[in-house]
Amino acid sequence: MDFINSHLLSLILFLPTVAALVIFFLPKDEVKLIRWTAFAASLIPFALSVVVWVNFKSDASGFQFEENYPWYDAIRSSVHLGVDGLSLTMVVLTTLLTPLAILASFSITDRVKPYMMLFLMLETGMLGVFMALDLLIFFVFWEIGLVPMYFLINQWGSANRNYASLKFMIYTMGGSLGLLLGIQLLGVLFKTFDLQTIVQGWTSLSSSETFGQTFFTIGQVKAVAFWAFVIAFAIKVPVWPFHTWLPDAHTEAPTAGSMILAGVLLKLGAYGFLRLVLPLYPEQAQFYAGALAFLAVAAIVFGAFASYGQTDFKRLVAYSSVNHMGFVLLGIAAAAKASGTLDATIALNGAVLQMFNHGLSAAGMFFLVGVIYERTHTRNLNEFGGLFPLVPVYGGILIFTSMASLGLPGLNGFISEFLVVRGSWPILTVYTAVAMLGLLFTGAYILKGIKSVLHGPLNEHWAHGEHKLTEINTREILVMAPLMALILVTGVWPAWILDVINKAMVMLF
Amino acid sequence: MNFPVLSVIVFTPMAAAVLMLLMPAERRNETRSIALAAATFALILSGWVYYQYLVNHMAGYQFVEEYNWLPALGMKLIFGVDGMSAPLVLLTGIVMFTGVLISWGIDDEHAPTGIQDRPREFFAFLFILASGVFGVFASLDLFMLFFFYEIAVFPMYLLIAIWGWVKTREYAAMKLTLYLFVGSVVALVGALAMYFKAGFDSFDMRLLEQANFPVDFQIGWFLPVFLGFAVLGGIWPFHNWSPDGHVAAPTAVSMFHAGVLMKLGAFAALRVGIMLLPEGAKYWSWLIMTFAAVAVVYGAYIAFVQTDFKYMVGFSSVSHMGLVMLGFSTLNRQGLLGSGVQMFSHGVMTALFFAVVGMVYDRAHTREIPELGGMGKILPFASIGFIIGGLVSMGMPGFSGFIAEFPIFLGVWGRQWLVAVVASVSIVITAAYIMRNIRMVFFGNMPEKFEGHISALTALDKVAIVTLCAFMIGIGLFPSLMVPMVQTGVDNILRLLGGA
Repeated sequence: MDFINSHLLSLILFLPTVAALVIFFLPKDEVKLIRWTAFAASLIPFALSVVVWVNFKSDASGFQFEENYPWYDAIRSSVHLGVDGLSLTMVVLTTLLTPLAILASFSITDRVKPYMMLFLMLETGMLGVFMALDLLIFFVFWEIGLVPMYFLINQWGSANRNYASLKFMIYTMGGSLGLLLGIQLLGVLFKTFDLQTIVQGWTSLSSSETFGQTFFTIGQVKAVAFWAFVIAFAIKVPVWPFHTWLPDAHTEAPTAGSMILAGVLLKLGAYGFLRLVLPLYPEQAQFYAGALAFLAVAAIVFGAFASYGQTDFKRLVAYSSVNHMGFVLLGIAAAAKASGTLDATIALNGAVLQMFNHGLSAAGMFFLVGVIYERTHTRNLNEFGGLFPLVPVYGGILIFTSMASLGLPGLNGFISEFLVVRGSWPILTVYTAVAMLGLLFTGAYILKGIKSVLHGPLNEHWAHGEHKLTEINTREILVMAPLMALILVTGVWPAWILDVINKAMVMLF
Repeated sequence: MNFPVLSVIVFTPMAAAVLMLLMPAERRNETRSIALAAATFALILSGWVYYQYLVNHMAGYQFVEEYNWLPALGMKLIFGVDGMSAPLVLLTGIVMFTGVLISWGIDDEHAPTGIQDRPREFFAFLFILASGVFGVFASLDLFMLFFFYEIAVFPMYLLIAIWGWVKTREYAAMKLTLYLFVGSVVALVGALAMYFKAGFDSFDMRLLEQANFPVDFQIGWFLPVFLGFAVLGGIWPFHNWSPDGHVAAPTAVSMFHAGVLMKLGAFAALRVGIMLLPEGAKYWSWLIMTFAAVAVVYGAYIAFVQTDFKYMVGFSSVSHMGLVMLGFSTLNRQGLLGSGVQMFSHGVMTALFFAVVGMVYDRAHTREIPELGGMGKILPFASIGFIIGGLVSMGMPGFSGFIAEFPIFLGVWGRQWLVAVVASVSIVITAAYIMRNIRMVFFGNMPEKFEGHISALTALDKVAIVTLCAFMIGIGLFPSLMVPMVQTGVDNILRLLGGA
């Protein structure tokens, strides 16, 4: 018991990989056994992260449940793990979505064994980013997560998967090049990769001095490094104009892959902003806050427009992620501009809660698209229509989840978007006003999606014979139930999570 | 007197070669068994040396043996390993063992694999080569280093010219041998200059390290010596023998060639060039750095545009060996450390690459990437192996390539940040061609002409792949399995460089 208590984070982090190894030794024809092993194994990290959540002291400052193991002594990098309110929220989101995504993947019949192994390894990669307190380890997990995702898209995706997976890989790797170089620069300067040491040392360097033996000032170097970090994370979020990999990757990925991609992977980028960019570059972030806000608003507005223009259901949902993640960045930009004020804290609260909320609703939406795609083998909105009477339960769930995404008061999306807007308004009034217009189109594209699928004249093709549409089944409802419950609970009583987030934000910034 | 483990390692392959040549030609499987037994023995011994060095936290030259060879001229046979060479000795053992496994050759009319043509002579020459390689890594005597160096180069000519790819083998063998001989002759002249200048009447490198040659002498002789050896390391612009050589060579020879021989060049350039002429190294490091940075990016780009599977791997070696040279050129702790690990990591990785290329080529009889496809269904082990090798190659964290490349870049940052930025572009190019290749060769639909013609891998092939992968993942996850040891070697080099 003591062992478990003192190694909670590393257990959460590495159990999925251990499970993947166990699955490697199962016979590949025992599909059922593999599925259930993967599912059961992914529940353990979830249970453990609930334990962490319960025992987490939100009033204490700094990181909790810290663990530190030597790894690469020669360059002073160690496996240093720890969570605060921000990362814990993301850890819980990840460990919650992974079992649901695995449950959603029970319909996969092609090469189940490698699929489940990749999925579990993906979980380790994502969790590592959220837990890392060492810059090199952060980067290690950041990159490791790419590989399973690439293969999930490339092997289990739909028609255009080769193009989409390569684009995903190259975009992200190209983006993280700047991050890699920036991390190397910091590592050379401070001879360590420990995050807290680097943050202290780096921010205390005076911007006007010259940098080493070069003719640059430290301020100039910081500005370049700032943009290197920003671009790496902006690609992952994704922020307009770096978002073009996302619709392709989402559309081609298998359903569970899209769930995780939208639910967790996009959050990695936003998390990078909060964990690294703002603490490391407070001055630069303040100086360039306008530019960040511009990108955020562009993502909100263009994301909404692009989403409205889609005829492919999955692409519609994919662009909606660009739209929603724009609010996260808007909140971050506002916080960067007026760091330390009450408005900034409110905006940050909204941004982090929006990350969590979008994780729930986007995962749900992608799953629902997957449910109907599996039955009809089309995602073309023009080929649906009037399906509500055929599948009333599915229709109800779809409307519920869509409304969460739209920001209906009483559901979670409203709380977080309201907080972002409330916090940003006094700081970045014009940008926030334009973003509100984008919100209008959010309503438009979501209603368009619901209308095209559920309402209007019934497409008779799906009503009879071999194409007759079947209702959502129990397993699929089980995937949606936890998501819907959390959507509702967070909408009605957001304090359960905002308390933790708020204290972390107050302490961090 | 302790057990003379290094001389046993060096001469085991030679003895096995002689033994095999004494066997009747038609006893093919017995010959192969001797080869496998000798390779296993050498692997175990080199692993033992590595293990002892690591767990006892040794430093400096260890396992030293000295024998008089030609006392009148001050030539001695001195063996010993330090933190830089012990991993390379182990690497040679690994490549030799896996090389034998994948060229075992099952005499089956329908699905011939491995080496079918005169296996006795093939293994004999391969083992003479291996003796030479072990000798270079273990030698502490400059003359003996040359001696083994030439022993390693010469069998290569025969192996490529006789067992190579019919279309280019004569051209490639000739080109390779001439390039390397020219390089080594230039380096030999430099070595003789050092011998006379030092006036110790000895070729003992431990003495020559202390010789304190005049700065002018060092600056004048550094380039011939360093570049002469670095030719074998595939340094740009003298790299162009290497892809041709790789492609023309039979699989096991390509593995040796890219996996070990290129390290031989890099290692000799380090030991003779940088360690004996440190002032010259400091003076010329900018030039080496330029060459290396060009090799890194240019090699990756050329690899990107290849349509021949084996050429692609060949040029990727140029790019990765460029990283080794880049680390050397920094002359600082991180850079040299990274180079030391990169030599091992690249050796294992590229051996795996060539092994997989060979497995695919043996079955499909083509290496044109666009013509291949769907190999993963029938050769799952080969595709997993190639994927892991590919991840190492693109410096993916969690694998040995990252452990090696990251400090190299750190070292370059310490010297010239611009080079680090430029060289890092190669990471993305590498990722692009590796991923494209994995998809085109191993996934997708298999062309109809291959249906039913592709046989599964043999158990020996699988053992080889698993062995190679285990080292790459092991060091990637636990850098302390190798890094502390290489550090002791680096400490010695830094001491010679005056603590730079």
